This record gives sequence, structure tokens and C-alpha cells, in this order.
Amino acid sequence: MSHLPILPVLLPLVAGALLLLMSGVGEGVRRSVGLVATVALLPLAVALLMRVADGTHLVYTLGGWPPPFGIVLVVDRLAASMVLLTAVVALASHVYAGDGQDLDGPQFQPLFQFQLMGINGAFLTGDLFNLFVFFEVLLIAFYALLLHGLGPRRVGAAIHVVVLNLIGSSLFLFAVGTLYGVTGTLNLADLGRVMPTLDPGAAALARSGALLLLVVFALKAALLPLGFWLPRAYGAAAASCAALFALLTKVGVYAILRVYALCFGPDGGPVADVALPWVLPAALATLAFGALGALGSRGLREAAGWLVVYSVGTLLVAVGLFSEAGYAAAVYYTAHSTLSGAVLFLVVDLIGRQRAAAGDRLDVADAMPHAAVLGTLFFLAAIAVAGLPPLSGFAGKVMVLEASGGAGKAPWVWPVVLGATLLVLVALSRAGSAVFWRTSDAGAGRATALPGRGIAAAAGLLACIVGLVAWGGSATSWAQATARQLAEPEQYRHAVLGPASQDRDLHRSLR
Amino acid sequence: MEALVAVMIGVLTATGVYLLLRARTFAVLLGLTLLSYAVNLFLVASGRLVLASAPLTDQGLETYPDPLPQALVLTAIVIGFGMTALLVVLALRGLRESGDDHVDGDRRGVEDRKP
Repeated sequence: MSHLPILPVLLPLVAGALLLLMSGVGEGVRRSVGLVATVALLPLAVALLMRVADGTHLVYTLGGWPPPFGIVLVVDRLAASMVLLTAVVALASHVYAGDGQDLDGPQFQPLFQFQLMGINGAFLTGDLFNLFVFFEVLLIAFYALLLHGLGPRRVGAAIHVVVLNLIGSSLFLFAVGTLYGVTGTLNLADLGRVMPTLDPGAAALARSGALLLLVVFALKAALLPLGFWLPRAYGAAAASCAALFALLTKVGVYAILRVYALCFGPDGGPVADVALPWVLPAALATLAFGALGALGSRGLREAAGWLVVYSVGTLLVAVGLFSEAGYAAAVYYTAHSTLSGAVLFLVVDLIGRQRAAAGDRLDVADAMPHAAVLGTLFFLAAIAVAGLPPLSGFAGKVMVLEASGGAGKAPWVWPVVLGATLLVLVALSRAGSAVFWRTSDAGAGRATALPGRGIAAAAGLLACIVGLVAWGGSATSWAQATARQLAEPEQYRHAVLGPASQDRDLHRSLR
Repeated sequence: MEALVAVMIGVLTATGVYLLLRARTFAVLLGLTLLSYAVNLFLVASGRLVLASAPLTDQGLETYPDPLPQALVLTAIVIGFGMTALLVVLALRGLRESGDDHVDGDRRGVEDRKP
């Protein structure tokens, strides 16, 4: 058995522990070790991607315990693409933080690695309780990074986030307990097999467990009634952390995609399509609300936070269709939305640092030094986020709209998606013109050197967005292949558990 | 026995939710703790209640408790403990920074100090 699937979890774990032990060593050395560990994720992710490119599922049984009794890690196309995306965004955030932001508070480097461990684990696991554990690992690192470089605003925002997520964790455990009580298994593949065979009497319990899970994932993904914590928290966080947090909402989206395609999909018997009536309306509301919030923001950071909500909304519209075309759009748009969200946070922070007094607020201030470079970066990031051609947001949005047409949901989806795009466009042009053009006559402010690493990180992420368009054909066909795999969950179950007719009485008898 | 456990879980959850809706961080903290007790009891109960039996299993035993929920509960307790400790520290920090233990911090408007 190849140990490749567990390496994206082990590497950050070992690196994080090592960095904790190195507390006495100089920060430069720790930063280099952290950078090496972050860079090393890239070849690992690419290797995983190559292994699953032909449609195989890599199943890794921890400790050699056979599923459904032991815990498994499962790598399919979706999981491998998410791990690659994590590696790319993590590298950019780490490079950006290397400008000195990592020294604003203690222990940035180990926390960063633990955060990566949690994210990668959540993407790779094939077990519901294990998903909970990795959620908690990434959350505790998230709380600490949110507080990185303190300040009253961050503490206030962090208390909300921590309380909300602790409630979320409790709900997750209630859901896990309910599902285990009904089915006697927590293995995702096995849950999918058990669902059609449930007694009608247990169906109501299973449905409530499944919907409780949806609440938890919606909280992580910042779906509307549960997403109000996000803009304030992300707006208050340090930029390098906020860029990484753009990934965290995608963990929630990934969990919805994975669990509801695999366990509660169309072949789920009494719980079939349990999330179908809920996700799409909530996603449309999120989308509209995110755009309105961006329009009403008084600062660039706050606007960037709302734009994350907006892009998650668009993404969940695609997920909420629960069709193969919808999945394909979701996979493509996930990559775009994560990269563009991260780059926006970085660019906004670069701008804020150049406007000494005004910071990121949309006030009249002295003309900015380096306005040409920063203006270009902001312009490109804005095009990407708003979803205008020629960047990847446009292609992604077209896929979402087409998928909604195929599912017969176009009358609702098209006006909301296009209207929200217009609002975002207005919000971004207003912000851009306020920051770059409405300047006072006091002449150029004190010139601060542009941070080279910061520019490199933002430009690198923008290059990835351009790459998503330049190699759009292969990216789209990869997304379609991934969607096909998601739409045929029986392959996944077969890879984990073997043929469907396997004797189920063994672990039923444990009851 | 089932009724007793069910009522206990219900009372703990209700008290926890009530406290969660309070405006002071300490009450919220207590609410979260009670909620996590309720969750832990619920997880134990999800493996079915078995009375007067071996704790795990024994030779020739017909009914024995399901060991998996016990493992789950142990993990959940450890994680819940860590998270609660973090929240305590955070609440104290918030109290010190804003001089107020309201969950929204000092509502007279706190400006972030310039980084």
C-alpha cells in the first residue's frame, strides 16, 4: 500500500511540531523551515493528482483496519484537486506573510502548518467522525490565526466566530450521533450503502441527522442565515491569514458536495436528495446579500469579506443544482473563487499599507505612491472577482448559468446571478475610483518601498487565475471528469468497500 | 433508564441554549459547556444503553455496549475541553481589551489600533 495519501496530512503535522520545538531558534530559520514544508506540499499534491487522473480512487486504510471498521482516507479527483488548490493558496499566503506579518504575533509558523493539516485532512478523509476531528484541527488553528497580531477589533470578531463554531461543533456531534444511532456506521461510503436499506421508521431520524449536518456545513461555508460572522472576522484578520481563510469556506462547500453526493444523493432511499430544496434558495440569497454588503462597505477589507460571501453564494448555486453539470461548474468555480478571494485580500492589504492614514477606508487621502503597480493588481483582481471576461470568473459563471438552464432553474438563477454581478461591478468600481482617483492635492504621500514578496504572492495567484483561462479546455474537462465521478458514487463505495453484495450482516449484528 | 437519559439530555440542551442567548461572555461560556455535556451524553446513548453488562465485551456475552461511541465521546470530550479553554482565555482577553464582558465588546465603538 502506498503511503502517498496520508503525506499531505503528515507533512504539516511534523513540520508544525518541529516548528514548535524550534521556538528558541531565530525567526528567519523558522520561516525557511515553514516555507520548505509549504512548498513541499505542491509536489505531493501534483503526485496525488497524477495518481487519480485516470479515475481511480486511492484508498488508504489507517493502521490497516479494513473499512467500514477502520478509518480510511480516500483520494479521488475532487479531493486531489482541493489539496492542490490548498497547496497553491498556502504558498502564496506564506510568501506574503514572510514580509514580516508573521512576526506580528507569536507562533505564526506552527499554527500555519496545523491549519494546513486540518484543511488537507478534511479533504482526504472518508469518514464522518474523522471529518469532525479535522474540522476541529483546522478551526483551532483558524481561531489562533484570526487573533494573530491582536487588537480589540480582532478579539471582538474572534469571540463571535469561536462561539458560533463551537455551537456548530455541538450540532455536528448531534448529527453524527443521530446518524450512527440509525445506521451503525460513520464511514461515508458505507453510509451511502446503508441509506437505501433503512427501515421506514428510522427514515425521519436519518433525515434530521442529514439536515443537521447541512446546518453545520452551511455555517462553515457562510451560507446566508449563518454567514453573518464572516465579513467582520475576515476583514479584521491579518491579510496573509485572510487569504488562507478564503479556503476555509471551501472546506464547507466541499463537505456539502462530498456528503450529499455520496450519502444522501438520488440513490439514498428514504433520505434521497434531502438537501435539494434548501441549498439553492439559500445560495441565491447569500449571493445577493454578499453583493449588497460589498456595495455598502466603507472599507476595502470589509468589501473583500463580503465578496467572499458573494463568491461562496455563486459556488453553492452550482452545488445546489445537484446535477452533473452543476458539479462540474462547482469544481471549476471553486478553484477560481478561492484564488480570486485570496488575491483580493492580499491586494487590499498592499493598498492599505501604502495609505498610511486612511488605511483601507474609502476616504479622500493623499495620492498613493506606486499607484500604477497597485492599481493594475487591483484592476485585475476586481475583474477576476466580479467575473468579467477574459479572466476565469467569467468562464466559471457561464458554466453555472448553463448548468442551471439544464436543471430548469434558469428563471431564478439567471436574474440573481447577473444582477449580483452588476452590483459587485458597481461596488468594485466605486471602491477603485475612491482609492485611486479621489485623492487630495497634498501631493504624493511618503513613499514606502513596495514589499517585493507581497507583490510576488499576489502576482503569482493572478497568474494561476490567468492559467485557469489559458488552459481552460483542460481545466473544464478535468472539472467534468470530476463531476462524473461525483455523480456516480457507487464507484467510490466500490473502491472503499468492495462489491455491493458484500455480506452486511457482520456489522449489523453488532447492534 | 431511556427516559431518564433522554430527559437529562433535553434539560442540559435547553439550559445550554438559554444561556447561549445571554449577552455576557461568561453565561455564553457556561451555555456552551452545558451543550457539550448534552452532546457527550447523546453520543454515548447513540450506541444504545446496555445495563448490567461488561464494559466492552466478554467471552460468551450476548449483549454488550457498542465500543465505538465510547471512543467518539472520548475524542469529543478532549476537543470540547480544549475549545472551552480557548474561549475562556479569549473572553478574558476581550474583557481586558474593551473593559466590558458583553459579547459584542464595548458598544461605544472600538477602533482597531493602527498596526
